[in-house]
Amino acid sequence: MDKIPILRLGKFLLVTIQVDMHDRLALTLQDDLTSQIVSTRARGVLIDISALDIIDSFIGRMLANIAGMARILDAETVVVGMQPSVAITLVELGLSLPGVRTALNVDRGMELLRASSASEDPGFDRRAIS
Amino acid sequence: MTVEQSRELTVASQDDVVLVRQAVRSAALQIGLNLIDQTKVVTAASELARNTVVHGGGGLTRVEIVSEGTKRGIRLTFEDKGKGIADLDQAMKDGFTTGGGLGLGLGGAKRLSNDFHLESRPGEGTRVTIARWK
Repeated sequence: MDKIPILRLGKFLLVTIQVDMHDRLALTLQDDLTSQIVSTRARGVLIDISALDIIDSFIGRMLANIAGMARILDAETVVVGMQPSVAITLVELGLSLPGVRTALNVDRGMELLRASSASEDPGFDRRAIS
Repeated sequence: MTVEQSRELTVASQDDVVLVRQAVRSAALQIGLNLIDQTKVVTAASELARNTVVHGGGGLTRVEIVSEGTKRGIRLTFEDKGKGIADLDQAMKDGFTTGGGLGLGLGGAKRLSNDFHLESRPGEGTRVTIARWK
């Protein structure tokens, strides 16, 4: 596979990483996501990493970069499905993922993205629900 | 220490880093490491193999299944003939990087391993050896 597919779900982008990425593939994903956030005016990006057995410092940095670039483009990033062994290893590796929100699965991740994009929507009338 | 099995991989490109991960995963499964220990040793290997490519100009990785008395483990050696490390203490500090990375590779690999040994001299290349015991 020479490119990781990016799906569009309304105003969000969804990426599922299912291969052991070499560095070039990770950088391509970073660039592709950034240009698609711009071209689709996405409000959020959901990255499903449930199939990733390991996250090393290069992949970790890719995730943090994506979150950072998305933020600059006014989009939130949520990473979902981190395997427990990966989480434990990341902590020992000393890798914090600044600006990267996490959720247990795709459903919870989408809830997070919808909530955060709704509350920032200028047309959203808070009085309607209180 | 007895070496039960030994395998050498040439590490010249980022694609080879993926192959190293796979080889280490396979060895970890062979000796029956639990999932967390598998993840730790494969992650440490990924950091060190990448160092071999990025800093060492390429080199080799040796994956060995070893035993000492009743315990069995994996020993990994990462060797290159690159420019070597001038200040070992500095290189081990989290956040220090000469390659635009996060600077967690050496310190991280040490934290993720049971044994860690670093040998390097400027102009004489670098050798990092780590071990994870079952």
